[in-house]
Amino acid sequence: MEVSVTVNGTSQTHDVEPRTLLVHYLRESAGLTGTNIGCDTSSCGACTVHLNGESVKSCTVLAVQADGQEVTTIEGLANGEELHPMQQAFHECHALQCGYCTPGMVMAATSLLDEIPNPTEQEVRIGLEGNLCRCTGYHNIVKAVLQAAEGNA
Amino acid sequence: MIPAAFDYVRAGSADEAIAALGEYGDEAKLIAGGHSLIPLMRFRLAAPAYLVDIGRLDDLKYVRDGGDHIAIGALTRHRDVEINADVQSQCGLLAKATSEVGDNQVRHRGTLGGAIAHGDPASDIPSALLALRATVVAKGPNGEREIAIDDFFTGFLETALEETELLTEIRVPKVPDATWSFQKFNRRAQDWAIVGASVLVNGDQAGVGLVNMDSVPFRSSAVEAAIASGASAADAAEAAAEGASPPADLNASVEYRQHLARVLVRRGLEEAGR
Repeated sequence: MEVSVTVNGTSQTHDVEPRTLLVHYLRESAGLTGTNIGCDTSSCGACTVHLNGESVKSCTVLAVQADGQEVTTIEGLANGEELHPMQQAFHECHALQCGYCTPGMVMAATSLLDEIPNPTEQEVRIGLEGNLCRCTGYHNIVKAVLQAAEGNA
Repeated sequence: MIPAAFDYVRAGSADEAIAALGEYGDEAKLIAGGHSLIPLMRFRLAAPAYLVDIGRLDDLKYVRDGGDHIAIGALTRHRDVEINADVQSQCGLLAKATSEVGDNQVRHRGTLGGAIAHGDPASDIPSALLALRATVVAKGPNGEREIAIDDFFTGFLETALEETELLTEIRVPKVPDATWSFQKFNRRAQDWAIVGASVLVNGDQAGVGLVNMDSVPFRSSAVEAAIASGASAADAAEAAAEGASPPADLNASVEYRQHLARVLVRRGLEEAGR
């Protein structure tokens, strides 16, 4: 069936099977491969994108459910060459090792700061409980989120 | 890990959804946030031929003051329940249990009605609704009916909802003066509870709902009776697993779950000031 989704500000229309998951739609129909597929079971958070401004796991959303809605992926965060403050903070704090979880982490973290602009360290850790990093890099990820939040103060 | 093929129907109203259920019968499943159903479909544990999407029925997304209760539309998302000031002040136990469901991303999509209609004994929310003695409202072709939460869960992933009924509202009694506690034991953040306990103390009455202690969300009537007859928290909690048939799995044996139930209920009663 036909699905129209505004992805990173641009409206796109594709013919998809109803069973198509949003993450496959984004990677294969929209051609945006920044969103990773990790566990495939709504556990790891690698596929986190924003749906109408809020973090969701795109492996557990059907593309048809996003019909007529707005999706932002990691590709939609930066302003041209200028990194989003969260991306900049991840860069400066060395908040990644292999980088696989990073797009999901950044999308989850930006959504978290929309809800809690100045979180405590504990709130960041709880807020990112849905995102797994297998390089055990949580310490610098939390540091990056707190640094990005300072810009909100 | 791709769901089996299905036909997709988007309902424009509750009546349209009920009509679709009438037309497709047991070939159809309702989908709201999809955070219970989509994983089942991906594992091919569920393969409905028709998926009826009720996710856009905005008139079922609300939290209202119903006089002696808080009325919550079935399609209200966990996130919106968790942060609602009325839910927090009038039935805070539900806000707390909801905040323990999954993670932020899950709570942005999952709905209160969906979590209940799924009928999963491992879900946190039903235990709170048992402790709070909630009522659910179901709408079918012949109108609405109320179902007491104790009559709602009928078996593993089974509920009292008829094939053509849509769960529309959850009514939670206001208990602003009650004290409460939500206890959840698991090994990793975000995991399902190995055992969980919702404990509500209102004067000399207690409400105790347990997570993952039976094939259905379990009310610990023995603890409630003990509290009503004046038992201490420690003595009452000894009865926590009475009458329950907990599952055994990789996480815990039957005996360990019974032990956890006693410990968590005791902690819950103590935190609630008993």
